[in-house]
Amino acid sequence: VSSNIRVGLLHSRMRVEEKLLRDALVAEGLEVELVDDRELTLTLGEPVRRWDVVLERSVSQTRGLAVLRVLESWGIPTVNPAPVVAACASKLETSALLEAAGVPTPTTIIAFSPEAAVNAAAELGFPVVVKPVAGSWGRLLARLNDRDAAEGLFEHKGTLGGPEHSVFYVQRHIDKPGRDIRAFVVGDEVICAIYRESDHWVTNTARGARTRNCPIDGTLREMTLRAAAAVGGGVLAVDLLEDGDALLVSEVNATMEFRNSIDVTGVDIPGHVARHVRDVARGARVAVAV
Amino acid sequence: MCPECGAPVALHAGVERHEVVSCPGCNTELEVMSVDPPSFYLAALEEVDWGE
Repeated sequence: VSSNIRVGLLHSRMRVEEKLLRDALVAEGLEVELVDDRELTLTLGEPVRRWDVVLERSVSQTRGLAVLRVLESWGIPTVNPAPVVAACASKLETSALLEAAGVPTPTTIIAFSPEAAVNAAAELGFPVVVKPVAGSWGRLLARLNDRDAAEGLFEHKGTLGGPEHSVFYVQRHIDKPGRDIRAFVVGDEVICAIYRESDHWVTNTARGARTRNCPIDGTLREMTLRAAAAVGGGVLAVDLLEDGDALLVSEVNATMEFRNSIDVTGVDIPGHVARHVRDVARGARVAVAV
Repeated sequence: MCPECGAPVALHAGVERHEVVSCPGCNTELEVMSVDPPSFYLAALEEVDWGE
């Protein structure tokens, strides 16, 4: 039965996730148009009116966010909303919002010159972790074990990295137990969580980490929902670190990948997302009607 | 046919446009431009803003 809700599925490549999401949307009775962001043109002042809601799945954060900004200006509801995606695209912005909301995160210092970054690392105490302010899939992460390494890395970033790499994001290293936790949020629910296990200190699945189901207890649920709310909520993957008995939120992802998390959790992640997309479209219709 | 090495590339069932496949001849990543008839272009290399 068609609900006559028309979904634009914004994508670049068609990865496993996009195919699963497309199938889940169709299974919910929604009409789906695949929209390749590389072929898309948007004329400002001439709103496209053929989508009731757009699900943004661009592999490029820059393109995805640019499209969302235009759709937002046209009043088209999106999953996720542009401000949420913008908040998650910048680790600095994410950290600032988490701090403002009182969500525990690893101590982070922002510095603006190689020399100041070395001093920040020494202040935190080695080892420290350095991340690009914008980045994903574990790219360009560095763990610095001593001052010599810090001086070398920050000089290279300052000299070779371009302006965006001259904002130095330096974070206390958390001696996690060979894993981190990724919790999946859809709307106001934590639908499942996984451990990402690796012998390497970087535990991204894009870097080969193994996944295992993580039971959701009250603390994990509460921390995850607080982190999601801090960036504006929606469909989000919240990454958490175990620091002894404490949980710290390290980052929040707005265009989450989940291919390795369905089987281990037994949760129909794309189905949850599809129903959320439907609800967002229906909510917008109700708002217009009121 | 792979645009890099010219090897024939067979598509498995269910493959669709914009999916990325590997050339069996040279392992180059190819993006499917058309399923029927099969055609490909070289998949873009990962860029710094790609991700979640």
